[in-house]
Amino acid sequence: MKIIYQTWWKVLAVLVILYTLIAGFLFDVPRLFILHETIRNVYFHVPMWIAMFTVFTISVIYSIMYLNTGKEKYDLVAVECVNTGTFFYVLGLCTGMMWAKFTWGAFWSSDPKQNSAAIAFLLYCAYAVLRNSIDEEQKRAKISAIYNIFAFPIMVVLIMILPRMTDSLHPGNGGNPAFGKLDMDNHMRVVLYPAFIAWATIAVWIASLRYRIRLIEYKRNEIN
Amino acid sequence: MKKILLSALLLASFITAFAQQNAPVEMADEMRSSGKIYVVIATITIIFVGLAIYLFSIDRRLKKIEKDK
Repeated sequence: MKIIYQTWWKVLAVLVILYTLIAGFLFDVPRLFILHETIRNVYFHVPMWIAMFTVFTISVIYSIMYLNTGKEKYDLVAVECVNTGTFFYVLGLCTGMMWAKFTWGAFWSSDPKQNSAAIAFLLYCAYAVLRNSIDEEQKRAKISAIYNIFAFPIMVVLIMILPRMTDSLHPGNGGNPAFGKLDMDNHMRVVLYPAFIAWATIAVWIASLRYRIRLIEYKRNEIN
Repeated sequence: MKKILLSALLLASFITAFAQQNAPVEMADEMRSSGKIYVVIATITIIFVGLAIYLFSIDRRLKKIEKDK
């Protein structure tokens, strides 16, 4: 936990994202019909989801740790990770809708990927509602931790697995792996993978800031 | 006379509509060759650097509050 107070990894993440911003616009991309230059969206749209998955995974780990130990701190980490993840969720959905408008023809075409992403989003909205509806602290922490552990695999199934089993406009569905050997141009990987790591790190950073604020609030309430 | 001139001018404006060619796949080659893409890169870089500085300043303020405790 000490690492969240250090600075070096935050600087590193910022520098890597600056690299992806510059390289993402200047490096060559494959020339494809319909997509044209919007293929560069891959560098910015997909990392939002990777960032979301990263903080949601951390929150599940801390929920399990909370149930094991009963330490309030772990519950605070889990909440703030979910909050940050939800923020990146919205960014991912909005950038996806924007991209869909200009390549699929509509912001929302009720594509399996879009629909199940929307359902999974409601799942995490329900988490916030559940938390806010319980006043007693320990009960709230315990119930929301259990809910979080169940919500995560359902979200993964909804976003990653179910759309894959039907036909979808979104790449990576209907049996075609979006980042497979044949589907992604290798020149794009030099920008895409650093972007994944850097945006995930930024999400962790924001979550850690939110956690530190919440910790101060928590300690203040304790004294009173 | 004016009306004829005006309609002739408007008709002439259609000529440009036929100037489009069927290029294989349209990419922003023109923009890149004329160097204007750097303007976009500069803009998003400024925005991102600004956001990063903002995050760092929040981090520093938090550190100060944490030390006071």
